[in-house]
Amino acid sequence: MSELLKVTHLQKAYGDNVVLKDINLSVKQGEVVVIIGPSGCGKSTFLRCLNGLEKIQGGEIAIDGSPVEAESRDISKIRQKIGMVFQSYELFPHKNVIDNLLLAPVKVQKRDKEEVKEEAQKLLAKVGLAGKEEFFPRQLSGGQKQRVAIVRALLMHPEIILFDEVTAALDPEMVQEVLHTMLKLAKSGSTMIIVTHEMAFARAIADRIVFFDEGEIIEETREVEQFFEKPKTDRARRFLRTFTFSKSEID
Amino acid sequence: MDFNVINEYIPLYKNALLLTLKIGWQGILVSLFIGLIGSAILYFRIKILKTFIGIYIEIFRNTPLLVQLFFIYFALPKIGIVLSAEVCGTLGLGLLGGAYMIETIRSGLESIPVIQRESAASLGLNEMQSLWHVILPQAISVSVPGLLANVIFLLKETSVFSTISLMDLMFTAKDLIGMYAKTIEALFLLVVFYLIMLLPISILGTILERRMRYGQFGD
Repeated sequence: MSELLKVTHLQKAYGDNVVLKDINLSVKQGEVVVIIGPSGCGKSTFLRCLNGLEKIQGGEIAIDGSPVEAESRDISKIRQKIGMVFQSYELFPHKNVIDNLLLAPVKVQKRDKEEVKEEAQKLLAKVGLAGKEEFFPRQLSGGQKQRVAIVRALLMHPEIILFDEVTAALDPEMVQEVLHTMLKLAKSGSTMIIVTHEMAFARAIADRIVFFDEGEIIEETREVEQFFEKPKTDRARRFLRTFTFSKSEID
Repeated sequence: MDFNVINEYIPLYKNALLLTLKIGWQGILVSLFIGLIGSAILYFRIKILKTFIGIYIEIFRNTPLLVQLFFIYFALPKIGIVLSAEVCGTLGLGLLGGAYMIETIRSGLESIPVIQRESAASLGLNEMQSLWHVILPQAISVSVPGLLANVIFLLKETSVFSTISLMDLMFTAKDLIGMYAKTIEALFLLVVFYLIMLLPISILGTILERRMRYGQFGD
């Protein structure tokens, strides 16, 4: 498997506030990397750096060998290789589902409208949204909107897809349908980087776990089961403990 | 009030209304064009041009249309630019309206969350495509009440066209009063014809605003 994404010595700061310190990470084709960590640890910012939504202060990001630079002229081209799904869906509210899906493939990639439409309908059916083409985002539930957002990213045929806490705004039953869609995607061999607070899901889907805290990678491992049972670092252990309640603590 | 006089005057007012509407709409189209270009410049924060737009807005919003028209109609010919009264009216209204339209559209653009722009960027849309396909359509629908208020304001401002001898509604009323001294009839028709022109737009504005408040977009 070849290296698809390579991040070396990445640094990100807002003024004096350093958010990411010297991050190194490479992701291979077909790999599913799950990033976990406490709120404010920089994991979402890290994702946003990966597709150039954030300007970085140091280090390099390369996808498929080409550099990702927020202010470069080629950034639009590079972004086509990197899909992104947001926590708040960010569908375009004035366009119906099919127009949301067609916009970028037709206007940016100049692909044939009918051909993309056919593909879009197939993908919608796959995520359980057949027949919703003419619906507007406001007519869909959160889980449905998020699945449309995933299809929208997929239609660009990206080489890697970034998921930024995509279930954080959803009700529990909707979380399931979105996670299910993502599991299917992972099985089909998509390269994914996922930021999530759903630990059970992280455990199920990850080829590799990356644990962030205070802008650094504290622990990184392919031994996913091992990590959740017995993390190597104390900080990871403390973090994982926040997801369970023991009776003695309540008493 | 003499209704025979009113009957006699109506065709004159009708012609004046058509002229007012013609120049009014031409001016509004010019102002919308300026508004789109100007607000895009402010939105992208294009250096130098941004400053020019700022100066333009301040000048045209802070001087009366009457003064602007005099400038175009009486001063420009002194440097060799002679324009017909109609073109002067269109240009004057367009330039004044442009200053207001820029501000209205810009505030609409700024009301759309930045993350929508990021969402478009993530799909590989460049800044121009993102503005055109994603941000502007949403911004315009937010701006509709403001845009319609501008339209009404501009159509009312056409009343100063009479000073550059365009035979608009105001000119017609003044002319008739001057000639026949039927002041009440002339002024009555003046009010009625302004209302005929503006009430429908005003009502349309109210309806659109109400519909928007119940959010056809609501996410």
